[in-house]
Amino acid sequence: MNYHWDWGIFFKSTGVGSEIYLNWFVSGLGWTIAVALAGWAIALLLGSVLGVMRTLPGKLLPTIATTYVELFRNVPLLVQLFIWYFLVPDLLPTPLEMWFKQGISPAASAYLSVVVCLGLFTAARVCEQVRTGIQALPRGQNNAALAMGFSTAQAYRFVLLPQAFRIIIPPLTSEFLNIFKNSSVASLIGLMELLAQTKQTAEFSANIFEAFTLATLIYFVLNMSLMGFMAWVEKRVRIPGMMGGSK
Amino acid sequence: MALDFSQIIPALPGLADGMVLTLKLLVMAVGGGVVLGTLLALARLSDNLLLSRLAKWYVNYFRSIPLLLVISWFYLVVPMVLSWITGDLTPVGAFTSCLVAFVMFEAAYFSEIVRAGIQSISRGQINAAYALGMSYGHAMRLVILPQAFRKMMPLLLQQSIILFQDTSLVYAVGLMDFLNTARSKGDVVGLPHEFLLFAGAVYFVISFGASQWVKRLQKRFAV
Repeated sequence: MNYHWDWGIFFKSTGVGSEIYLNWFVSGLGWTIAVALAGWAIALLLGSVLGVMRTLPGKLLPTIATTYVELFRNVPLLVQLFIWYFLVPDLLPTPLEMWFKQGISPAASAYLSVVVCLGLFTAARVCEQVRTGIQALPRGQNNAALAMGFSTAQAYRFVLLPQAFRIIIPPLTSEFLNIFKNSSVASLIGLMELLAQTKQTAEFSANIFEAFTLATLIYFVLNMSLMGFMAWVEKRVRIPGMMGGSK
Repeated sequence: MALDFSQIIPALPGLADGMVLTLKLLVMAVGGGVVLGTLLALARLSDNLLLSRLAKWYVNYFRSIPLLLVISWFYLVVPMVLSWITGDLTPVGAFTSCLVAFVMFEAAYFSEIVRAGIQSISRGQINAAYALGMSYGHAMRLVILPQAFRKMMPLLLQQSIILFQDTSLVYAVGLMDFLNTARSKGDVVGLPHEFLLFAGAVYFVISFGASQWVKRLQKRFAV
């Protein structure tokens, strides 16, 4: 092995401005978190609406939601990202198209595309979790709510969803972690998130192993802490007497 | 924006080459991933504490980092390490690097499926095998694993469909898979949108068809 390890590399100047390599990693991590959180907000909101739609009586709304899920689950994430970044802007009305291509910075347009892409992609998965959660509840819950004079909307709001969401916290956690990992595709349309900054550091400094080791560590720690946080949330909102609730 | 799909037909032979590479990568990655995943699952379930800890760490590690990071790691690292070992400096190429990355990464996911499959087999089966005088290896190979694999076949196939879509990430290292071929052909003829939509449609038809087939299989395999 003739590789020269140099862990001090992160404190050396990048030669670009007055930054050290560590600054690049910090800013990359910032982008990764910004992409994941915004995407997650869209995914959770849209996914919940779609999940409810799939469990509603009637034909039209469930069919729309099912079609959405099948479409977004069966096309690779990267293809979807390219469609949002390269194709959709050309379909927009001219003023909007000009705004997207020239009015905002390249980083902003890449950010917008990847947030919309990840949000809609993950919504299909969240939809399936929400549907499973609602269907896992005993039928009596919905019937009892309707018998008490609740409208369908009220039954969902006060009876079904509060229980369903608590049941599906574990699978939702893995979707939440997935969106952090999936945000790395943004590096392929030029957004300087964590992975892109890592590659850039490897290129500039030639300290490939150190750069990739640090990135791996950051993802690992991020994952572990989010998992711990979600386990804490799950414990807090657990329904006594249900799903491993202790009391 | 008017779409013009007429250029797709002359490009089909080239696109087919890309699909062949995608499928080759998929089949080899699933094969390697299942073998390594099974070994990991057996290690995880073994009484040897060190072995089961190591397998657990392996799985947790690969499940917490993005596939794209793993691909980039192996693209840079595998050629270096191989040249240290063999002393040979000829590059191993993006395909080998990607294949190693997919096998190592997917093994973590396959191993969880295999572990659940093994654990779903009743204890009486292994006791019966021991009572017949079989060794642990024989019992696993002849009694437990055949039943476990039958049970988990739908899940393994489902994971393979996800892997089929994930192979498009080799774009990151410039491998000419189906997506990358479609993108570059689209650029050459000046119709990038049409080729991108066509690629998306092909991925959709294959994944959707395969998952409908797996659903039917699941019903037939249900005990």
